[in-house]
Amino acid sequence: MLFGILAFIALASFFGLVLGYAAIAFKVESSPVVEQIDALLPQTQCGQCSFAGCHPYAEAIAAGEAPINLCPPGGENLIQSLADLLDVEVLPMDDEEDSFQGPTVAVIIEETCIGCTLCIQACPVDAILGAAKQMHTVIESECTGCELCVAPCPVDCIEMVPVKQTVKNWRWPEPQYNANNKEAESIFTTLEHVLAENTRP
Amino acid sequence: MNQPLPTSITQTIKETLRHLWSFPGGIKLSGHKSLSNHQPISTAKIAKQLIIPLSQHIGHASEPIVNVGDKVLKGQILGYASGPVSAPVHASGSGTVVAIEEHLIPHPSGLSALCVFIDTDGYEQWVECSPLISDSSSTDDKQRTVTHQSITTLSHHQINQQIANAGVVGLGGALYPSAAKLNTAEKMHTDTLIINAAECEPYITCDDVLMRQRPEEVILGILLLKKVIGAKKCLIGIENNKPEAYQALLNTISGYNTSHTEAQIEIVQVPTLYPAGGEKQLIQVLTGREVPSQGLPMDIGIICHNVATAAAVYHAVYRGEPLISRIVTITGGAIKQPQNMEVPLGTPIRDILNQAGLDEDKVEKIIMGGPMMGFSLPSIDTPVTKATNCILVSEKDELATPPPAMPCIRCARCSDSCPMSLLPQQMYWYAKTRDLEKVQDYNIFDCIECGCCSYVCPSNIPLVQYFRYAKTEIWDDERERNKANIARDRHEFRKERLEKAKQAKAEAAQLRKEKLAKKKALDAEKAKEKEGLNQSNDKPAKSSSADLIQEAIARAKAKKAQQQSQKKNTDNLSEAQQKKIDDVNERRRKKTDSEEI
Repeated sequence: MLFGILAFIALASFFGLVLGYAAIAFKVESSPVVEQIDALLPQTQCGQCSFAGCHPYAEAIAAGEAPINLCPPGGENLIQSLADLLDVEVLPMDDEEDSFQGPTVAVIIEETCIGCTLCIQACPVDAILGAAKQMHTVIESECTGCELCVAPCPVDCIEMVPVKQTVKNWRWPEPQYNANNKEAESIFTTLEHVLAENTRP
Repeated sequence: MNQPLPTSITQTIKETLRHLWSFPGGIKLSGHKSLSNHQPISTAKIAKQLIIPLSQHIGHASEPIVNVGDKVLKGQILGYASGPVSAPVHASGSGTVVAIEEHLIPHPSGLSALCVFIDTDGYEQWVECSPLISDSSSTDDKQRTVTHQSITTLSHHQINQQIANAGVVGLGGALYPSAAKLNTAEKMHTDTLIINAAECEPYITCDDVLMRQRPEEVILGILLLKKVIGAKKCLIGIENNKPEAYQALLNTISGYNTSHTEAQIEIVQVPTLYPAGGEKQLIQVLTGREVPSQGLPMDIGIICHNVATAAAVYHAVYRGEPLISRIVTITGGAIKQPQNMEVPLGTPIRDILNQAGLDEDKVEKIIMGGPMMGFSLPSIDTPVTKATNCILVSEKDELATPPPAMPCIRCARCSDSCPMSLLPQQMYWYAKTRDLEKVQDYNIFDCIECGCCSYVCPSNIPLVQYFRYAKTEIWDDERERNKANIARDRHEFRKERLEKAKQAKAEAAQLRKEKLAKKKALDAEKAKEKEGLNQSNDKPAKSSSADLIQEAIARAKAKKAQQQSQKKNTDNLSEAQQKKIDDVNERRRKKTDSEEI
């Protein structure tokens, strides 16, 4: 009896130790859903989704408190990938009339700048350089185009300009089918349907 | 020298017996090469203004080092290479820099890039060139041996530096800086040099005429490349539709092969099948080895260079001349005298078209490159660059305009013709629906964009256009993702920084508060001590600060009342003091009186 108890205690503690060790040594790092959502968001930190940055929005989506269609910079592609990730339905963009007009960067009109540092405080990614009573400037490569610096400027010297297209960031346009092809395609799809119907057992 | 030597005859026999492999797919195309490959290489007239783009290669654009108003000589450096994968850019004529600004460049996007504008003075005055080996244009065998021996005395670093300084880039179309490519040879244990002389694309003959008319330059360039790489084997792959070029190279080579065994270069004719001139296809045909998926020839110990690149290397080493001109094929139905022209880089395409005789009524399309892989030029006011191998000006019905695309019928002709053994029909499907992950699963980045699939498609689907589109979309996505990651890091850092600043502020405030409290306590203690000393012990010790304040207020009030009732500093005066004051007052009074008088 005593031997049995001791044996079981020994076995239990042995397996306990092994499992405890395995739990630490072989821990599977699964990225929580918030981080996965955050990885998809464009990180402009613009707050157009009404949350204070991309991470809070990701948290809200994960908690089911926000729909997936609030991010204009992410666009339709983001909605698509979020829908894929979360296995929910694709929604149309929330704010269609005020839709996103392509990436922009902030530019400070340097003659007008009075060096008030208000924009520096507003910038979510520290992309504005300057000091009190010194002219400020935007580090173009770091600017996310969130427009948060535009409102605080007391002299309206910040402009949003579209990101310049260069040979390096140029993209081939999507090949276009013309009108008669659309027709042809629709005929074909019907044909395919008919074929599919006929071949079904 | 036109009679082949006995050794070259044996060589020919050896070549004929050489086993060749083949690549999958490929298509037979009519060459249209005889249009332009009979005339000798002509020279372009000096343009009034040269427009020299600062980015004529893969990688970073070069940094301009000249200013507007500077006088430049031919061959003078305009911009240094900026970064490991970059190449310098040189002036292709002497004159004055009149502007450094954006201008349309020959690129499918029709976008502009930074260019240096030079108004030529027509003197064509060269900058001082420093060749590594003195030029020997002599064709006699003894001289050749001497030349070849002088190559062996050079170190490969020396040669490579010269190539880098001359701004030589891959002239086959990839525009990869040659020196950067050669630098990796040592690391990757490269043992084979393959020279691409296939020139498989229809219409283009610039490499063909180069080999026919300047075989010496090509072979000497190849020997230099071989020396830099330290390659044991060297193969020249040439399509069998260029017998004249083959013969010319063979004749030149035979001199070297007899004079020096180390100089052994094999020249191999490969069947004419588009795209045999693709780097990976040529390697497969010549060696039977396949470049791994998304890999480079270097991964299997091979380096591939174009013949025109070899000639540019010759110019750099033997003459010290940088790459400032290239041979351009000007051909097509709307050109009166199709020909190959040696054109200084930066010459406006309009100039060379006019020189070759442009039949303006016939012009339909102006294409840079060949009909398979070329693109329509956005404007003929763009300059000739290191990439410009051919300007094809087609007349009506010369190049078929694709009829409207029809749906895919899954005939799989595209995959049969694909030289990379890809599945274009699948890639098309995913590219069309913008499923960028799936399209990468089908190895879209192995696509060489040869256009065979589009060519054979019975439904006229612009397949290769879809693949180009998908590739740039994927790159764009990657850029966006990188940018987002940087923005996230910066945002997190900022949050952390603000948090820290807040904490530091709070701590400082706390510290100040504590200090103040301490000081107060200390003051109170001092005051207490003073009280204890000055006054008798009848007053009870006051410890609370409220009492202290009350006391201080009372003291202040008392003082104020005293000040109001009496004049300052004049109470309790001794007699002597009072007398002194009176004296002074008297003196002052007298003085003012006398002044008044």
